[in-house]
Amino acid sequence: MAALYAGYTLRGLAPAQNRPNSGIQGVEAERDSDHVVVTDSTRCVTLYKVSDQKPLSCWTVKQGHTLTGAAVYNARTQEYVAVSDRKVIRIWKEDDIILDKAFKATVSSDVWRVHCVAGGDPVVLFHRGAVRLLDSLLSAPQQPIEEVLSPEEAISWSTNIVTESQQFVIFTTEQKGDHFLYLQRLNPNSLQRYHLEREEPGLSPLSFSVSYRDKHIRLLYLYPNGHVYESVVSVRAPVPEEGAQALPLPRSLLLSLPVGEGLLQAASAQELDEAHVAVVGVPHPSAGSGKDFLCIWNTNFQTLQAGKEMAGKIYGQLWSFWNKLFIPHGKTFSVIPYDCPKSSLASALGKQRQVKKDESKAPTSVPSWNTLLHEEKAHPSRTAETRKTRTNRKSQSAQSLTNDQVLELIKTAPVEEVQREVQLLLSRTDTQDLQTSVGQLASTLASRSLNDPAFYTPSSLVQLVHTRYLCHSVCPDLVLLALERKDYFLCQLCLQFFPDIPEVVTCACLKVFISMSDVDAAKVNLEPDSVFFMEALIAQEHEAGLNGFSLADEEDRSDNLAEGGATAQRDNEKASAAEQMCPVGLHKAVLLNEILQTAYFDSFLLPHLKDLSSQDVVLFLQYLQFVYLKFSHDACKPTQGLRSPSLTQVMDWMGLLLDAHFTVLVMTPDVKDLLLNLHRFVKSQVRFVSELGKIEGSLQELDKMALKRDVGQYSIEIIELF
Amino acid sequence: MGEFKVHRIRFFDYMPSAIRAMAFSTRTERLALARADGALEIFNFSDNYFQEKVLPGHDGRAVEALCWVGPRLFSAGLNGEITEYDLENLRPRYTVDAYGGPIWTIGVNSQGTLLAVGCEDGTVKMFEVLKERIQFQRNLDRQRGRIISLSWHPSGTLIAAGMMDMIRIFDAETGRATHRLVVDRGAGASKSKEVVVWSIAFLSDYTIISSDSAGKVQIWDGLNGTLIRTHLITKWDVLALSVSQDESSLVAGTSEGTVVQFQFLSSTVDRLDKDWVRTRTFKNHSHDVRALAHTETAVVSGGMDTQLVVRPLLDKVEKNTRESAIRKVSFPHRSLVCCAKKAGVLLFQFPDHLELWRLGESDGYGKPGGSLPVKRGPEKLIQLKRKGEDHICCSALSPCGGWLAYSTVTSFRLYRLLNGSISICKVSKLPKDLRPAHQLCFSTDSSKLFASSSNSSVVVVALNEPECKYLGTLKAKYGCRQPVHLLSASENGKWLATANTDCEVHVYNLDKLKLHCTVPVYGSCPTAMAIHPTTSNLVVVHADQQIFEYSLVKKEYTEWSRRLQKQGLHSLWLERDTPITHVTFNPKNPAHIIVQDLFMFCIIDKSLPLPEAKNVLYNQMTLRSLPEPDRVLHSHGFKICKDFQHLLCVSLLEDHSLVVVERPLLDIVSQLPAPVRQKKFAT
Repeated sequence: MAALYAGYTLRGLAPAQNRPNSGIQGVEAERDSDHVVVTDSTRCVTLYKVSDQKPLSCWTVKQGHTLTGAAVYNARTQEYVAVSDRKVIRIWKEDDIILDKAFKATVSSDVWRVHCVAGGDPVVLFHRGAVRLLDSLLSAPQQPIEEVLSPEEAISWSTNIVTESQQFVIFTTEQKGDHFLYLQRLNPNSLQRYHLEREEPGLSPLSFSVSYRDKHIRLLYLYPNGHVYESVVSVRAPVPEEGAQALPLPRSLLLSLPVGEGLLQAASAQELDEAHVAVVGVPHPSAGSGKDFLCIWNTNFQTLQAGKEMAGKIYGQLWSFWNKLFIPHGKTFSVIPYDCPKSSLASALGKQRQVKKDESKAPTSVPSWNTLLHEEKAHPSRTAETRKTRTNRKSQSAQSLTNDQVLELIKTAPVEEVQREVQLLLSRTDTQDLQTSVGQLASTLASRSLNDPAFYTPSSLVQLVHTRYLCHSVCPDLVLLALERKDYFLCQLCLQFFPDIPEVVTCACLKVFISMSDVDAAKVNLEPDSVFFMEALIAQEHEAGLNGFSLADEEDRSDNLAEGGATAQRDNEKASAAEQMCPVGLHKAVLLNEILQTAYFDSFLLPHLKDLSSQDVVLFLQYLQFVYLKFSHDACKPTQGLRSPSLTQVMDWMGLLLDAHFTVLVMTPDVKDLLLNLHRFVKSQVRFVSELGKIEGSLQELDKMALKRDVGQYSIEIIELF
Repeated sequence: MGEFKVHRIRFFDYMPSAIRAMAFSTRTERLALARADGALEIFNFSDNYFQEKVLPGHDGRAVEALCWVGPRLFSAGLNGEITEYDLENLRPRYTVDAYGGPIWTIGVNSQGTLLAVGCEDGTVKMFEVLKERIQFQRNLDRQRGRIISLSWHPSGTLIAAGMMDMIRIFDAETGRATHRLVVDRGAGASKSKEVVVWSIAFLSDYTIISSDSAGKVQIWDGLNGTLIRTHLITKWDVLALSVSQDESSLVAGTSEGTVVQFQFLSSTVDRLDKDWVRTRTFKNHSHDVRALAHTETAVVSGGMDTQLVVRPLLDKVEKNTRESAIRKVSFPHRSLVCCAKKAGVLLFQFPDHLELWRLGESDGYGKPGGSLPVKRGPEKLIQLKRKGEDHICCSALSPCGGWLAYSTVTSFRLYRLLNGSISICKVSKLPKDLRPAHQLCFSTDSSKLFASSSNSSVVVVALNEPECKYLGTLKAKYGCRQPVHLLSASENGKWLATANTDCEVHVYNLDKLKLHCTVPVYGSCPTAMAIHPTTSNLVVVHADQQIFEYSLVKKEYTEWSRRLQKQGLHSLWLERDTPITHVTFNPKNPAHIIVQDLFMFCIIDKSLPLPEAKNVLYNQMTLRSLPEPDRVLHSHGFKICKDFQHLLCVSLLEDHSLVVVERPLLDIVSQLPAPVRQKKFAT
């Protein structure tokens, strides 16, 4: 779930009142995530340290001059570039105090903007659509500049992005109500022109935002009627010859925002990541028609993820750098940190916790082994915890680390420190706040562990899984990491608590579990509940005569085994003895049970099941048969409040396994007995059920007889009173 | 106890009439109920909801509204007349034509001095309530369109009247209309249809509540004439409203059969301003709820499906007590079936005709629980249509099957049945003293007819051909005014017991034609009684389910009766919600008393121990399922048989076979018109 955090104001910057624009021309990123360069609409460029909320330095052009383009920071040369009076390009360094003494160059045509992004060279975009690299322009400032755009065409917005191989200048223009997108490649230069589809007549896009993902440039634009469209342009698109007609640009409707009364006046949409869009100046769907809201929408699920009211007038300006949103509103200029974790369907729909039927026992006050053993690990004790929280609350701002800091720490710090900090963080934070941070913590921990073979923090991960805010889609590496590090306890917990483990991962777990040696398995520390259950199951005495099936059923045997009576008898005894034995060790069985209980979709599971080796399949089948026999034993029901696979689950898995490997199994001589046994069992069950059906029929007849009595208007009956 | 041959009869096509109007008097705790055929019923809510009086219907009378003025009951109907009833003689006292066309509604001011009626011609007419009659006083401002509903403000100065598409508020003193509240029509297609304000209530804080045909319950400010709130509670009509005495709760009845409760509550706990909030929905009817009454503890509702439902409000009564149980009254609390024990002939009483049936025969023998082959089926001998517009009030068939009598409120008729009850001839020469009766009874030897008359008196007539002779009038002590509703003659012809709705039971000596004794008055109304053929003990069962046995010879309660009172009846017996409507005896075993209510019949064996309060009261069905030795262990004096349901009559014939008349509710429901809305799955 995306979240907006408490924002703060950049001081010393008050947008001018009673003007349609905010007085801010542009905000550009500076050297790191904590610095921005803000250009106001007149003469001033200010460098801010964001976390300190204060300006570091400020440069002003002389009275009479105006800045006509936002200043940018060229990280390569550590210089600032700005345009004043349309034609003068000014370049200065941080330690230059007086701007007029710094370098300036006058060019021959009007400049629209200078763009520069990290990893790219500064680019100058002229009013008439021509593009020059700053360096080449400065080598001959008075060089002639061609006119790209037709006379009525005017640039409305521009940006600049850098892909792996190329730098692009992207700008949109307007001509008589038509809107065009220009894609200017640099080195080699080429220009593409696209025609944006017309929205309702008279509506022009309020804001644009562009992002680059998967070799495609995605343009996101917002119309006053609340429609947010996305158009995708491949960076590899064939270069058309010069002067070709504008290509139509296909678009898809991402969001249809609530507009309230009238059209949007000043609004802006900014893409945050592949699933989230920040929108400002649009009404909150559940808070009347006021348009002064900042909202984060999930475009995949069309859900509102977070919203915040912004006091004062909204100017329809929005910038986002480094997980912070910059918004001028009213008299203030706010910075609002946000967070968009990877979304799963569950979290997008607000169903963070999926209460499964057997998990519902966990939050009760009855002490279960599960909570006693593991919760205690997480929180030493109730009283200690509250004391700790109290002290923590007191000193929170001073001592303990914030979420972000812990995340930073995880990337570098040694194992012990990470474990300690994670535990502190978990015990401190309210559960509501945990939702967002747990996913980040887990994925950061997992990615470090994957990259760094020496680093592994099992206890922290177990704690994180125990919060139950994690699911597989939030942290897809976790289960595989646990498998890799042979942390089977974590595996078990993940299988237990994650509702969305993909079939391929389930199968990978199954493969590892089934091929693990019993000796290894016995060393593993597992969840006690499930171990108790399995111990009880194995300790059950085997009794013959279950649900009409007897292993010593003479008739059955002669039916099915066309062999001599004596050998069959012996075989049978052997078989029945084998069936009473659990074919796998206790802990291995516990892990396999966990697999049986995961959710799956059989058509997705089946192809992965085929990857199992035949020995594994046989062993697993034997185990399933063992559990099945135990379950159909009437004394042992898979109940007792313990987490245990159900009879149907066992049956389904058996069926799946046979489906996946039937030909192989039929060809394997060792398995013949097993298959015959299963067949015999199934046959006797079928017979038993059909007998039950017959009984049901006669019982129904009895019912009907009782009902049929006494219809009609008159009868003479005999009753007996006692 | 033994085996009984049972004639199980389901061909009595009794069909109750739909409930049209209701009025509840908090002072007397009586509910007056009007049915579509014009019949009126009075229920005593303080005495187990016993139906103590029934005023038979009349063809021309369509009662649309009822109103209590103190102990007096007024009705108004679409025949344009206002009627006051004589509740002692169970007949209309007088009628007054309002000359305003059909009357839709009637209302009395809180002082009980003025009666207002709403007429079809758009006038509200005021009548002054005088001691013996009512007198027209004046009209309020005449409106265009009919007056459907009206309600007095408790102060008596204002009247709110519901009309088509609007509500008018009148000043009761000047007669001027002061406000006009426009009621919205329904949405969509019903926009073009006029909305009918079916019911209205004027509260003391000048709030007006209205319910209309667009499915709305609306709350208005009566002083300013503004709409405060609209509750849309159904897609169909909201036909009835009733407000509790303290004006903290109101109920609205809809065409869907639901009753919706609103309560005057503050929306949050600590706030003072209150609002009418929809709280509960009761669904006890399948059809229109036409009439509603909000008593202090319960919601009483009735409508097209003919049942009277008393639904206690669980916040007002103690839980899991007799008061908290829902009650449904589906059948009259008196017998409509008369059985000639000797002749094996049954008389069924309908409002407009009588039917005479002969029972079938069977000669086979069968095992208990089985049925016998019917050799000769039952035979309908006679269907006798009543004369005149008044509905039949009571009827009787002599035990020999030779005489048949019935009475309406205006006439009395006696017939002689001949040739095995096949031919009928009217006895024309009747004594003058034989006037319309409330209850009729023949002596066991069919030689005398007893007809209860006004002031608890009973006329005795000797039946002889060709002429009947008046023998005398049995008069109770001076001051008995209530009608006799039960008559019972002893087998030996010596005694006659009468019971009236004042709970008095008188026993007369028929030889001397004089009062023999009066049974000590018990606080609950007798619902059934009979005199034992051999011991001459009178068994009386009351509405609170108590049973008394009174020795007529010794003029005291018998030993068994005292024992029964001392030990107390079993709680399950006392919790039954239908009264015993018939008492009879087993001639073969004098210790047996056979009693019957709607859901069971019971043979009380006085020789067996009474059921202990702490033990389970086993009925016959459970006993049958027990093994033999346990049965003896659990058996007790009350042999309750629930094999037959919705019993209208249980009688023991001379040949020791039982006659059981059932009228299954399903048969009644199947004859009702289709409801507006049927519950479908997931709607």
